[in-house]
Amino acid sequence: MSEPLLKVRDLRKYFPIDSPIPFKKSNQSVKAVDGVSFDVMPGETLGVVGESGCGKSTMARLVNQLISPSSGTVEFRGENLIGMDAKKLRETRKSIQMVFQDPYASLDPRKTVGELIAEPLVIHRIGDKASQKKRVLELLEIVGLSHYHAKRYPYEFSGGQRQRINIARALVLNPDIIICDEPVSALDVSVQAQVINLLKELQREYNLTYIFISHDLNVVRYMCDRIAVMYLGKIVEMGTYKEIYENPKHPYTKALLSAIPKESPHDNKERIILKDAIPNPIHPPTGCHFHERCPFMMDICSTKIPQLLDTGNGHIASCHLLKEH
Amino acid sequence: MSNELLKVENLEVQFKSGSTVTKAVNGVSFTLNRKENIGIVGESGSGKSVTATSLLRLIPTPPGNISGGKILFEGKDLLTLSDKEMRDIRGNDISMIFQDPLTSLNPVFSVGDQIMESIKLHQKVSKKEAKQKAIQMLQLVGIPAPEKRLNMYPHEFSGGMRQRVMIAIALSCNPKLLIADEPTTALDVTVQAQILELMKKLQDEFNTSIIMITHDLGVVWEICHKVLVMYAGNVIEYGTVEEIHDQPMHPYTWGLLDSQITESVEDHEMLTTIPGSPPDLRQEIKGCPFAPRCSYARDICFSKAPEMVEVKEKHFVACHFQTKETRLNRKERSTHVRAVVKS
Amino acid sequence: MAESQAILQTTDVVETNERSLFRKLIRNRFAAFGLFIMLLLILTAIFAPVIATHSPDKMNVTKTLLGIGAEGHLLGTDNYGRDIFSRLVYGARISILVGLGAVLFGAVIGSLLGVIAGYFGGKFDSIIMRIMDGLSAFPFILLAITLMSVLGQGLMNVIIAIGIGNIPGFARVVRGQVLSVKQSEYIEVTRSLGAKHSRIIFHHILPNSIAPLIVYATMSIAGAIISEASLSFLGLGVQPPTASWGSMLQDGKNFLVLNPHMATIPGLAILITVVGINLFGDGLRDALDPKMKV
Repeated sequence: MSEPLLKVRDLRKYFPIDSPIPFKKSNQSVKAVDGVSFDVMPGETLGVVGESGCGKSTMARLVNQLISPSSGTVEFRGENLIGMDAKKLRETRKSIQMVFQDPYASLDPRKTVGELIAEPLVIHRIGDKASQKKRVLELLEIVGLSHYHAKRYPYEFSGGQRQRINIARALVLNPDIIICDEPVSALDVSVQAQVINLLKELQREYNLTYIFISHDLNVVRYMCDRIAVMYLGKIVEMGTYKEIYENPKHPYTKALLSAIPKESPHDNKERIILKDAIPNPIHPPTGCHFHERCPFMMDICSTKIPQLLDTGNGHIASCHLLKEH
Repeated sequence: MSNELLKVENLEVQFKSGSTVTKAVNGVSFTLNRKENIGIVGESGSGKSVTATSLLRLIPTPPGNISGGKILFEGKDLLTLSDKEMRDIRGNDISMIFQDPLTSLNPVFSVGDQIMESIKLHQKVSKKEAKQKAIQMLQLVGIPAPEKRLNMYPHEFSGGMRQRVMIAIALSCNPKLLIADEPTTALDVTVQAQILELMKKLQDEFNTSIIMITHDLGVVWEICHKVLVMYAGNVIEYGTVEEIHDQPMHPYTWGLLDSQITESVEDHEMLTTIPGSPPDLRQEIKGCPFAPRCSYARDICFSKAPEMVEVKEKHFVACHFQTKETRLNRKERSTHVRAVVKS
Repeated sequence: MAESQAILQTTDVVETNERSLFRKLIRNRFAAFGLFIMLLLILTAIFAPVIATHSPDKMNVTKTLLGIGAEGHLLGTDNYGRDIFSRLVYGARISILVGLGAVLFGAVIGSLLGVIAGYFGGKFDSIIMRIMDGLSAFPFILLAITLMSVLGQGLMNVIIAIGIGNIPGFARVVRGQVLSVKQSEYIEVTRSLGAKHSRIIFHHILPNSIAPLIVYATMSIAGAIISEASLSFLGLGVQPPTASWGSMLQDGKNFLVLNPHMATIPGLAILITVVGINLFGDGLRDALDPKMKV
């Protein structure tokens, strides 16, 4: 078996909260990411799903070191990125690129598309002007735009086209892994399908590895090989997409899947309707964070935090119900 | 009392900016019966939200302007009413909820004040009665401890809770029609399921008709009886949800249905997409607005705009070509589309 | 392929930024008027020797306090018999020099401080902005007077003194702008690409903060021209006999009853210039607003 490309172990990020009393250090914090571990194999797509506030976007920024974690390790090709010296980190990060959610906000409005796509090359001083230009034109072609688009400004493009520009920029340094943070959620359905097809084609063509973050379970199922479900900063379930969709173990995963809107007007699906919304992350519930909303709550759930258990087929989940099996 | 609640005929809305005129809505017609829900679907810029807001005459004028058509609500044409008469209808007979529940609530008033305001605006009740009614409404939309929550402010509520408050305000005067503009788009899936469940429950209780504006066909299947598919300001297909889902006839509706990722999409097959992007509404559109993106388009499509035709009972389509090919199921459709594209 | 074909069809042609900016500006009648005033002022300053009918400093004791139009003096003469029109024309040079110089000085230093405060935040922000608060706690003219008495007189020092007074305003405007631009997703994107701070600041943050800066600078020019006039009026500005609008005003005040146009003419010049610049600044602000369409 090949080595994992990315190895994340016990990653944590606690954001301190400002104390209401001035000059006094607060000891409260939001545990945005609270002990997350996973591997990403070369060429695979790992999906991360969860509702807003579950920490999935923070996790993405920890993996590529946009923010530094409170503790934990992120190993890329066997080398820990955390605490790596700045020069080497810059070099390593060329292989880890990111595509962001908002196609309108993620492009500098005062730069032409050509300048935007060439920017990573300029930053890392790769090639001369002519070779950079050649690479830009090549990439425009790859993502389905045309060479004359290089001279245009972002506001002249539609949402889907802008996301193509973002993808081109992420590809320019030939990365190994691209972290996609909700890359299609701001797009209309028909455009969404275009962008997803493009991502899939590129993966096949350039043997890319993706971490694909989304709240849309249908998109994740379609895109990903394995899926991690996050709830309040923790991974509560992880497995192959088949396992997660056909044999979900955690009640939260079951509720998420059942909340997907109907496929047709003839559908009569049974719903698990959860109570309330995600609790306040400053004071998460004791024990299992999900217990207050869980339809299968037991006494132990409010006192003891469940551990991730291996249930076979590379499928892990953290729920006290699973212990009994 | 006739069963027909709302009849929209040939509604046209334009936006003017300098010398350019944007035809945002271009001849929309539909009817809505009592206790019936209609979905208006389309992508951004299709005119679905403008249609909804112009029903209440809420589009900003200028630059917007309802330039033609009729909006018959219980037989009265809303476009001929005075501003005062229109105000009496808003919130009372027809109310509206919006996509972003945070910006549609006023941050400086308590939630209770805002519900009571809407009640007192349209009903002659004392302050005490209004408060009673407000508590009752909050309870109805599933907000726990409503007496306590009444004095809280919008920022103290979660997104789902705020949308519940919006629904409470909208339903506080027992409207006959509720217009919901993407009410669940900003919410998480689990909360969306809660809200849709709530809307269905309340509809039974209040006998309200709902116009649901959405880009998510799943929401339409969930809650609507009829659906109106809009493209570039035009209605291109209109019928019952079963008809539209099982036998869509307009190539754009096919594309819309097929580009949704559902469980039936196989693992590593490519998704069906609609190539290109919607037309610029500031320019005069000749012929069918979808023609430039349509794989079936022929000469006539670029020169003559198709009429809305009733192809089957209660199933209208605006397309020049209604052939047996349109009776295909999804799988057959996609092979067929590919064959056409190749040839 | 079909996909990219369709994309080609739908992208519309848009004119370049600069052309539409100028067009937007000209369409606004007030801004066009402001622009006209400014151009007039600049041309007057450049071609002063050609325009002026007399030497501005040449005294003629036989022809003091002449009225408007008398004996070939377009706007009359002052108490030393100097031609008022010629002094006005040469005074425009001083006004332009001080207006542009002081604003440039204030803008460069203020923006730099504002960028540092806004971008790095924390301690930098606290220290820089508290100093700025301290500077702006003094009334502007008092600050300028204090600085002039420390620096000594002379045109260069007038520019520096007024420039220092302008620093806090620029620092605040730029800091606010940087704080909001810093939040944009494209800044995070650039960071994720591995860019250094200098690149983020000079290639992304500054270009996106420039619009309000330009508007603020334009408006400040008017203020600086008034400040120069005030300083000269108080006798702390440019030294006699050099003509400046402020010093002309100062000379005129003693003859307000006898010969009122000696004071009112430079006063009017200041008024028209300031109004013109402000109108231009207003128009520029509207034209730079991306929400305004051509």
